[in-house]
Amino acid sequence: IVRWRRELGTEAYIPQRFPDNRIVSSKYTFWNFVPKNLFEQFRRIANFYFLIIFLVQLIIDTPTSPVTSGLPLLFVITVTAIKQGYEDWLRHKADNAMNQCPVHFIQHGKLVRKQSRKLRVGDIVMVKEDETFPCDLIFLSSSRGDGTCFVTTASLDGESSHKTYYAVQDTKAFHNEQEIDALHATIECEQPQPDLYNLQRIKEITEYNNLVNSAFMKLLYFAIFSKTSCLISGVAIYTGMETKMALNYQAKSQKRSAVEKSMNVFLIVYLCILISKALINTVLKYVWQSEPFRDEPWYNQKTEPERKRNLFLRAFTDFLAFMVLFNYIIPVSMYVTVEMQKFLGSYFLTWDEEMFDEDTGEGPLVNTSDLNEELGQIEYVFTDKTGTLTENNMEFIECCIEGHVYVPHVICNGQVLHDSTEIEICKPLFNTEELFFRALCLCHTVQVKDDDSVDGLKKSQLSRRSCIYISSSPDEVALVEGIQRYVCNWEGLRTLCVAYKKLTAEEYSNAQKLLQNAKLALQDREKKLAEVYEKIERDFILLGATAVEDRLQEKAADTIEALQKAGIKVWVLTGDKMETAAATCYACKLFRRNTQILELTTKKIEEQSLHDVQDGSSGNYRELFLEICRNCSAVLCCRMAPLQKAQIVKLIKLSKEHPITLAIGDGANDVSMILEAHVGIGIIGKEGRQAARNSDYAIPKFKHLKKMLLVHGHFYYVRISELVQYFFYKNVCFIFPQFLYQFFCGFSQQTLYDTAYLTLYNISFTSLPILLYGLMEQHVSADTLKREPSLYRDVAKNALLRWRAFIYWTFLGVFDAVVFFFGAYLLYDNTVVTSNGQMFGNWTFGTLVFTVLVFTVTLKLALDTHYWTWINHFMIWGSLVFYIIFSLLWGGIIWPFLNYQRMYYVFMQMLSSGPAWLGIILLITVSLLPDVLKKVLCRQLWPTATERIQVKIFFIVKLVFCITNL
Amino acid sequence: MKNKASFVPQEGEVRSSRCPDNSAFKQQKLPAWKPQLTIANVLSSFFLTGTFCLTVGVCLILSTNSIGEIQVLLTEYSLPLLFLGEVFMYYGLQNFYENHRRYMISRSDAQFLGRKFSLYYEISYCAPFTTYRNGTPMAPCGAIANSMFNDIVDLFYSLNSSVIQVPLLKTGNSWWTDKNVKFRNPKSYSLSPAFAGTASPPYWQKPVYLLDEEDERSNRYVNDYFIIWMQVSAFATLRNLYRRIRWIICRCTCPVSRSYWNLNIHLSDFRVSRFKGRKHVILSTVVRSGGSNPFLGIAYVVSGTPPSLWHGELLSIENSTRKCQLNFQKVNTASCE
Repeated sequence: IVRWRRELGTEAYIPQRFPDNRIVSSKYTFWNFVPKNLFEQFRRIANFYFLIIFLVQLIIDTPTSPVTSGLPLLFVITVTAIKQGYEDWLRHKADNAMNQCPVHFIQHGKLVRKQSRKLRVGDIVMVKEDETFPCDLIFLSSSRGDGTCFVTTASLDGESSHKTYYAVQDTKAFHNEQEIDALHATIECEQPQPDLYNLQRIKEITEYNNLVNSAFMKLLYFAIFSKTSCLISGVAIYTGMETKMALNYQAKSQKRSAVEKSMNVFLIVYLCILISKALINTVLKYVWQSEPFRDEPWYNQKTEPERKRNLFLRAFTDFLAFMVLFNYIIPVSMYVTVEMQKFLGSYFLTWDEEMFDEDTGEGPLVNTSDLNEELGQIEYVFTDKTGTLTENNMEFIECCIEGHVYVPHVICNGQVLHDSTEIEICKPLFNTEELFFRALCLCHTVQVKDDDSVDGLKKSQLSRRSCIYISSSPDEVALVEGIQRYVCNWEGLRTLCVAYKKLTAEEYSNAQKLLQNAKLALQDREKKLAEVYEKIERDFILLGATAVEDRLQEKAADTIEALQKAGIKVWVLTGDKMETAAATCYACKLFRRNTQILELTTKKIEEQSLHDVQDGSSGNYRELFLEICRNCSAVLCCRMAPLQKAQIVKLIKLSKEHPITLAIGDGANDVSMILEAHVGIGIIGKEGRQAARNSDYAIPKFKHLKKMLLVHGHFYYVRISELVQYFFYKNVCFIFPQFLYQFFCGFSQQTLYDTAYLTLYNISFTSLPILLYGLMEQHVSADTLKREPSLYRDVAKNALLRWRAFIYWTFLGVFDAVVFFFGAYLLYDNTVVTSNGQMFGNWTFGTLVFTVLVFTVTLKLALDTHYWTWINHFMIWGSLVFYIIFSLLWGGIIWPFLNYQRMYYVFMQMLSSGPAWLGIILLITVSLLPDVLKKVLCRQLWPTATERIQVKIFFIVKLVFCITNL
Repeated sequence: MKNKASFVPQEGEVRSSRCPDNSAFKQQKLPAWKPQLTIANVLSSFFLTGTFCLTVGVCLILSTNSIGEIQVLLTEYSLPLLFLGEVFMYYGLQNFYENHRRYMISRSDAQFLGRKFSLYYEISYCAPFTTYRNGTPMAPCGAIANSMFNDIVDLFYSLNSSVIQVPLLKTGNSWWTDKNVKFRNPKSYSLSPAFAGTASPPYWQKPVYLLDEEDERSNRYVNDYFIIWMQVSAFATLRNLYRRIRWIICRCTCPVSRSYWNLNIHLSDFRVSRFKGRKHVILSTVVRSGGSNPFLGIAYVVSGTPPSLWHGELLSIENSTRKCQLNFQKVNTASCE
């Protein structure tokens, strides 16, 4: 029987209940879905607000039926619940597939097939070739004689390289089930931790000989793809939700876009308007009612309970009732529409053909659609160099050994080959040269595959293919600079120094021991390791250096130029050294030849001050650094650690103008910066998927950033800002007449519109056209946006959602509402509006106002639409037709389930009256005219760049038309 | 919307097969009409709108001028004007808040659908006028029905000392659908039994089945006068159609003198002074564009004028900016060639 113990310290043995190997990525179960999902949805402030309104409607006697707010809320909640339920169902499905996939256990000396979820901590698992591990394992033995196996961790950290793992010394000899089953041991290990790279110390206590064998073991992480090893066995150590993988799937912090922030501010403004409206009306109501002949005239008596009710309670209920009456000013549907617009809109990005990379077969990925419009607001772009600006495709150019430069005969594309046969050797091999190549051959992490051994050693992948200890040592800078003195034309190449040191056997064993101790340390392991390396890595003898070129990505220069024209500041943050990085900057036109000196000097200052900032010693330097950098056209920061990159981004992000930042990178070292920036973009590149996975959007190449920002971002921003403004506008138009009506009905909370209209206005009469606008609008063509990057400046700094624009839209809404209401009022003005002498009642009045309202807001959107596809036509005219059909139907039938029939034939009677038609046409025209006039005047007198381009294109089209006609 | 991936390492397989679809919709390249608010477009549309509004406005004003309307406070007795064609007689109330919410909801539409059950039971909406103390339900119930205007107005025409009562039409005044669908009498062959067990509202002087004793088709709930009253007005100053006069009155036969027309009003206890209101009788003719409201005509003229003016102003603005546009054009032609 195998018994395993897992605990933190050795003193206190805490019996633990280990979880089973069931993976639960789903949030809900069948039973808790409804309560849990509802709870989570109502935690959103907007939903909660609507719930409160709904409850108020249920409890007190309010002018509108609870249906009017309950139905939209129900709709929103249901749609969201269905969406989340579906997502969760997918997760359940994926989980089930994981949990039920067969796993081979060793039980009582036999191989048993079981479902993965039945795995327990301490079970011994056999994993065949090309299978994924069911959980985190300790590698016991392999079918390969030397007890090794190769694994890939692509699904975890994106690194596709094969890594070699070694089995535990004591068990690596176990080969058949019986042997393994006989194992009786205790394992001590740390509590489950999400850190992937922090190596675990695992103490194995084999009990049968009472020998405590501490071994440093690497865990085989769950879901690592095992490869090229025939059969391995391992013992489950972290299972289910305690695996590294599960622990690493913590939700990223939610990023909110600038548009969303201004939307929330506007919401607060409207909430204040709402409350003040309700307050004003409540106060006026009591002032008006102070005369008894108004309060309770003989024809309109109160009920007994109403008379008896306490004045304050009455006033409070009245206040709530007014709140309910005007609550539509903050529409539920806005949230749904915005969400839908973002979600559906993001598909256009993934569908974009031009952003699809043929070579890699990758297209853009949208990990979050919350930030679509933020792409149109970028002011700073922070980019990584290697793999982002450059291809991260190393080509060996030359090497230098003792001052002699060797140029390879063949430049091998792709992976770098350091095989001596490929270098044209002009002289016979010297001792140093041999040493040089020996060093190169030994000090790397290149792996060897068995099955490719036909033609000797084929290097499958070369990551940081030099002696790592060199680059982590400060001596290296000096070494590189020394090399630079010898070879001056190495600018732009990645150089590495090769040096050696002779160790005696004694020194070696000492070093080995120190290393081993450091590796086994439970605390400060990294620090201790670094100390040991520091100790060993000194007094090297320089052998030579290699030079490797990393080519610029295609159209990187073009992209950077376009971004700069668009008013975006491009900063390059790289871990590389200055000279290499600067060369890349020149190559991609971030720096230009004519401003060379200035830029170089500023850059040096920046670098200097940067270090000060990073030291965190002084706040003044921070200001100074910001001041300098903000005045630079381009900034290059070198020698950046991942965290420093994030700090730079944070520094800019929190500077006093709060610019919108974007970080783009391809490697794991860019993840912190990607997470820090407002928008994080990952390049689906060679350095694995970690950046892409943690980003908000991922693109295959740097050049795609141009279209992403200048075209998609611009569109998204224009669309959503119109959507937000329009939503507020149409609800001001909707509710303000209702407010005005209170002054004419004795502040009695009488509604102007019928319940059906109140309910459906935002849901169906006016919702689809704006959603479609939010998806399809193109105020100028995509080609123009791409050709004229300066148009991006037109929408910079949230231009379309500034206070001025917001106030304009609000006043337009108020103006239109006043036109609707007083227009209809004067039209009625106690005279006959029909040609048959009959009078219209209040519902006809309300319907007239409502008809004008629906037509005006829809036509206003039609006026704003610059891109009319058949879908737009269908939606805009369709929703008007729908309104008419609905009204005809709603008024055409005596609805048995309603307790009132007030709308019966009201709409038809209205349509049968000539003056009503004339009035409707007049009011629509009058409401729309000022906006058109304003637009024309602004275009003529203060045209924006976009509008100039629109005119220009219009003329070009005309010109071409004339020429072709000639 | 976070697209939360599951733990399953599926991305690699899924995405390599992903290939973009080339449809015009997905590439946002659907053929589209791209209207531009150019000055020419706007000028012409302004001009058209302005002309349209002015024309309609002038027509409306002209047609409204032919309407005769006279409003008489219900204490006066003589009429100063003569009318041609069909004349409508209205009663008007001021300061009568029919649109007060409490008043407006105090009715039961179910009662009027002619279902007997509703007579007794579906009256809860009618508060406070639902039942009497002894439990007898009111029919019709509710504050609206209870407060029905009940003054009686008669019109006399005196010619050569002989006084003729002008016949007033009391049917055909309400909406056809209201009279024939929305308002139905409870099924019964005689008058009162259908309403047995109910009582008329407290302010009514006669029960609902005696609203029109002469004409059975307009009695009880389907009474035009009652139906019109039940349709509440949007504002506190209101008028309701009382009667129609289809009596050919021509100038040639009737001497033009005030004293020949008399309004005889049977004063009831509709106490307007209690709520500081007033009551009127209004006699009016109607044209195709409605009653004697000059608003529509004036509004059309007023809103038609500025667009016509802007037309001129915008022309001058365009002239001032034309220069730079021409420059633009030059640049374009240069860049094109």
